[in-house]
Formats: sequence, structure tokens, C-alpha cells
Amino acid sequence: MRMRTIEISVGGFVLAGALALVFLALQVSGVSRNQAEDSYIIKARFNDVAGLRVRSKVSMAGVTIGRVRAIDVDMQWGDATVTMDILGEPGNLTADTGAKILTEGILGARYISLLPGSDEETLGPGDEITETQGALILENLIGEFLTNLGDS
Amino acid sequence: MLGLLRTVGIRFLDWLSALGRATLLWVNTMTGLPRLKDVGLVIIQVYNVGFLSLIIIILSAFSIGAVLSLQFYTQLARFGAQEAVGVGLALVLLRELGPVVTGLLFAGRAGSALTAEIGLMKTTEQLSSMEMMGVDPLRRIIAPRIWAGLISLPILTAIFNMVAIYGGVVVAVNWLGADAGGFWSGMQEGVELWEDLGKGMLKSLVFAFLVTWVAVFQGYDAPPTAEGMSMATTQTVVISSVLILATDFLMTLVFYGDF
Repeated sequence: MRMRTIEISVGGFVLAGALALVFLALQVSGVSRNQAEDSYIIKARFNDVAGLRVRSKVSMAGVTIGRVRAIDVDMQWGDATVTMDILGEPGNLTADTGAKILTEGILGARYISLLPGSDEETLGPGDEITETQGALILENLIGEFLTNLGDS
Repeated sequence: MLGLLRTVGIRFLDWLSALGRATLLWVNTMTGLPRLKDVGLVIIQVYNVGFLSLIIIILSAFSIGAVLSLQFYTQLARFGAQEAVGVGLALVLLRELGPVVTGLLFAGRAGSALTAEIGLMKTTEQLSSMEMMGVDPLRRIIAPRIWAGLISLPILTAIFNMVAIYGGVVVAVNWLGADAGGFWSGMQEGVELWEDLGKGMLKSLVFAFLVTWVAVFQGYDAPPTAEGMSMATTQTVVISSVLILATDFLMTLVFYGDF
């Protein structure tokens, strides 16, 4: 009889652990929402990506439509190549789409904002965005401001 | 001067031989597949070290979740970022506090009991009499306890995390009035399955290995006196706590230190 109570308790214990794991996976890390949907890769060159990270958001009109997959530096040109995963089928972005690196709030994370263009052609997998504007660096801005102040 | 050097040398060799004996004990115990008829023994031990630790784990988890949530809320509210309580709470718990605090509680609650139990069996020569009867005490006594620890601690950690997050919800959402939608969606946005939950559970598995190893060895190696027993029990808690905190730092460095 005692062995049976022990077995039931242990069974309940293991079950509670499994339920806790399911809860953590579904409710806390939100697996069901982040399921890998169809996505394709596009690239963009920026003169400066300071603060942008792998898995940063890629958004259009404030809605997340993808994630940054990789950030590489091109030593020859001295700029950065950002590879992004864009959700959906290829063909949902026009060829003259622009990309900007912006900041969420004042202290928030850096993200890429895509600006829709008006071209009839669309970006295919692996294509590169040419219209880009890199991250604004506060120190550079202040530096320029001070130089201008000195000139005037 | 020479005497000092000799003492240091002897201490070092003592430590080295203890490490060797501990390794041999673990290897001798865990090599050889677990036999099917040992499952019953493991179940009893899971009951002892796992199920009976549930109360202390749940109580501590709830208080820790509640207090973390309270601190996060009061600090973040100054920037109007109350919704970030959810993601902060979940990341801190899944990555660090869950595995570490559960490991420390486990060392205090179950590790010390293991040491005392095995030490007393050794002192009263129950282990030797088992050997006389042709029963291998390593496989009959030690192995089920190690397996039970390896099974129980990750389960306890998962339960700890869940209860602590619930404690945080009670404080931040139900009491202080943070927005429930922002709380959960921020958490789901910021927490990743493998990166945060998986690596946290991996940590707890490593802690389980360390705690059970230290506890079992301290008990098995304890001098057969009252003083030796109390010393071994203390050592179990001290050594495994320090080991948990040190390996946690190393693992965090390896897992998350992408700089």
C-alpha cells in the first residue's frame, strides 16, 4: 500500500514537471506564435549599423515583418551587410524599397524599418536593398553640431 | 617555511586523492546500464528527494517571483515601462534564478539528507553487510539516488519557474495593476524556447549532477564518527553551493557571453 502511494506521488510529481515545462514553452516563450512561417532572405548595405543585433526586428509601418539573420562587415568598402528574413512569399516588397535603422523609444533597441516604394518589380530572394540610411550615432551628431557652432 | 610548503603539499595531495576517489565512485556507480528491476528503487528515491522537496520549492518560488516582480515594477514604473516587468521577470528566472535557487535549495534539502543517509549506512556497516550478501551497494544504494537527483532537479526547476512567474503575475498584474496583455506579450516576445528555457534546464541538469555527486561522495567517504558525519553533511551543502554558483557563472559566460 505504501509503495502505491509513493508511486502515485512520483507520478504526480513528474506530471507536474511536464505540465510546468509545457506552460513555460507555450505561455512564457510563446512557441506557438513564433512558428517558422514561410520566409525569404533579402540583404541591405548600411554605412553604419551600430546597435543593431542579430534577431532585431524588421518592420514596415510599425508592424514586424521579419528579423535580422546576420550582420557582416565588408572590409573592402567599409560598410555593413545585413541579411534579413522576411516573412511571406517573395514578391511582397517592391524593388525600390528603402531601409532605415531606427531606435524604439529613447533607450530602446535598434530595428530596421522598410519604406515601401512604387516600382512594379519586386525583390526576390537574396536581392539587395540599395536605398539605405544607417544608424544615427549620437556622438557624431554632437560632434557635427559642435563643429557647426564653431564655424558660425 | 619548509613546514608550510609541506602542509600545502599534503593538503593538495589529500584534495587530489579525494577528487580521484569521487570520480572513481561516480564512474563505478554509473557505468553499466541501469537494470529494469532497479526502477522501483529509483522511484522511491525520486519520492524522497523530489516529491518531498516540493513544498519548500513552491513556497520559495512564489516569494521570489513576487519580490522580483515588486522590485522590477517599482523601478520600471519610473520610466513608465511597467509592461517590461513580464519579460524581465521571465528572463531572470529562466536563465539564472530558477536553476540556481532550486539547485541551492535542493543541495540544502536533499543533498544533506543523502549524505547523512549514506554516511550512516556506512557507519553502521550496512553497506559492508550488503557486500557480504553479494549485493553491490554502489548499484543498489548509490546509483538510484544519483538517477533520482538527475530526474528530480530539472522537474523541480520547471515547477519553480512556473510558480515564480505566477507569483510575479499576482503581484504585478493582480495587485499593482500592470496591463496583463502587455505583460504576457512582452514576455512571449522576449523569451525564446531554446535560448532561455532550454539553456536554463541544461544548467539545472548540470547542477543536479554536481549536487548528487558531492552528496553521495561525502556520505560514502565520511569518517565513521559522529563528528565525521556532521562534517560531511556540512561539507555537502558548502561545496555544492559554491560549485553551483561558480559553474553557473561559467555556463552563463559560455551560453550568453557573445562579446
